[in-house]
Amino acid sequence: MKTTGAERGAFDFRRLVNHDDNIGQLLLITAAVFVAMAALSPEKFLRYYNFESISFTFPELGLLSIAIMVAMLTGGIDLSIIGIANLAGVLAGVLFHRLAPGASASLGLSAVAGGIALALAVGVVAGALNGLLIAKLRITPILATLGTSQVFTGLALVLTGGPAIVGFPAGWNFIGNGKIGGVAAPFVIFVALAAGVSFILSRTAFGAKLMLIGANAKAAVFAGLDTERVVFQSYVLTGVLASVAGLILSGRTNAAKSDYGASYLLEAVLIAVLGGTNPAGGRGAVLGVSIAVLALMLLSSGFQILRFSNFLIDFIWGGFLLLVIAINVTRNRQR
Amino acid sequence: MPISFLRRPEAIVVVVLAIAMIGIGVVNPAFWSLDNQFGLLRSNVVIGIMALGVLLVMISGGIDVSFPAFAVAAMYLTVKGMIQFDYTGVALPFFAATVIGLLLGGFNAFCIRAFRMIPLIVTLGTASVVRGLLLGLVGTSTINVDKMPPQLIDFGKTDLVNLTLADGSRYGLTAMILIYAALALAIHLALRYTLIGRSLYAFGGAPEAAARVGFDTRKTLFFAYCTAGALAGFAGLLHASMIWLANPRDFVGFELDVIAAVVLGGASIFGGKGSVPGTLLGVFLLVMIKNSLIIMHIDTTWQQVVVGLVIIGATTLTAWRDRKRVA
Repeated sequence: MKTTGAERGAFDFRRLVNHDDNIGQLLLITAAVFVAMAALSPEKFLRYYNFESISFTFPELGLLSIAIMVAMLTGGIDLSIIGIANLAGVLAGVLFHRLAPGASASLGLSAVAGGIALALAVGVVAGALNGLLIAKLRITPILATLGTSQVFTGLALVLTGGPAIVGFPAGWNFIGNGKIGGVAAPFVIFVALAAGVSFILSRTAFGAKLMLIGANAKAAVFAGLDTERVVFQSYVLTGVLASVAGLILSGRTNAAKSDYGASYLLEAVLIAVLGGTNPAGGRGAVLGVSIAVLALMLLSSGFQILRFSNFLIDFIWGGFLLLVIAINVTRNRQR
Repeated sequence: MPISFLRRPEAIVVVVLAIAMIGIGVVNPAFWSLDNQFGLLRSNVVIGIMALGVLLVMISGGIDVSFPAFAVAAMYLTVKGMIQFDYTGVALPFFAATVIGLLLGGFNAFCIRAFRMIPLIVTLGTASVVRGLLLGLVGTSTINVDKMPPQLIDFGKTDLVNLTLADGSRYGLTAMILIYAALALAIHLALRYTLIGRSLYAFGGAPEAAARVGFDTRKTLFFAYCTAGALAGFAGLLHASMIWLANPRDFVGFELDVIAAVVLGGASIFGGKGSVPGTLLGVFLLVMIKNSLIIMHIDTTWQQVVVGLVIIGATTLTAWRDRKRVA
């Protein structure tokens, strides 16, 4: 049946909500968070500025969450995403300082392009290393990425010697702070990449293979899938997504450090699980994760407005993660 | 005899350890001084006790990244309590810290069992909950040496032997090494000769099979995580008494070192494998490598890279070993 774009969009949406009640539940949670926060502190929460600032800060976490979701699709996990992100930012910073010692902030667009290429290369190489360890050498993803995260973070520490690298060129800062047609540049990047990953996962052979391997690795091997290659590529994809997150983070803060965003790891795992990803593999969607990021960012901005202590927010995230797990279990049992 | 020794999983650690010791000794002969060796043994105690707990969890096929948070919570709460009540004993506080760790470990086991959730994700969550509560509600300030209960410090100061260096400064071998040895022996015997210990290997090797032959797998799981929590709680307070302060932000990232040590010692994350002697060797190797970077004149910023490479190297070897078994 042929449908017009608008009709199909509506059809898709209804099918999504009916078919996958996880998305519906997530939208409900997001709406509830929004209403609760708006009711608690309307004059501060419901300002345009608040939502604008969310659109600048959420892409980093969103990309990291999608990155960890991709790793979870095959039943793995990538604990090195924060290390990759920081190493990407730090290496770009080192490049800028080498190109123009003392005047790195005034470097032009060609240098920025070089920095972007370097940051992405970090993602590819780091992801390939993880993929090599996990797919070829058969090391458990937890241990392999635990080890590589130490190596990446450690290398960033060796390169910086401890303090943050500052003085990024203006073009680099645009990536984190600029606006494209009135929309936050990081947000534009996030939407583009999320759409790309969503396409890869749902419309390409690679995506279908990933899901199959995650759902039943043994069956995938017997079905003749090149499991090694697909898993390897999935970790490269995770690495690249993490490096883009690092690029945005260093652009937004105009600094790169070996231990930025340490709390992002737990949040990324939480968001991926909250967004309907099965950590045992085989299930997960970019849309669910994206909505989960939004819900969490609204919640977190509300907490900040309500002046919750950062430690209490840590507690809430951890508790939330356990709660989501518990809810998922009871729901699955009822079926 | 030599061949059967080489087949043992610990053999490779012994060989690596010997090579590393000779290498470090060549770079800086000060490595072999009694002073340095005593210092190394001292650094083994806290990480080693925690590693014994993680070993149990890993034999059961799980992983635990929450024990540093439990250790810090047990330590800080106990020291605060001692100051609050002007308590002068030492035994009861250590008991309390152990119980706090045990209960928190039980919570881990409950979540993993009831929600059938991957241990890594559950323990990430519980670690965040415990650290958040501790820093958010109990306090963020370090209890310094002037506020620490003196009995606790005296306990940590106990030495087995006390020697004097040529320049007159004194050094000794801490008596805490005896506690570590006793706990290691207890875990070793429990793993080898008790039903619950054997059930850990069975459960880690094949959970379904273990349940079918009649092991109470719920008990097995609780045993692993509760013991890991209890040992972490105990080690947390011991750490405070050995360094004379209680910092509620301590042990951040410590799980990596401990897990690295246990994996170095031959435990497999797939479960069913691992031994106490292997773990002791793994702990000693890791502590030695980390501590010796300084006497080998390598910049300390490299420490993290080295630990990471050690984890990768050890897991690669384990994976290679396990693959050969299958083939």
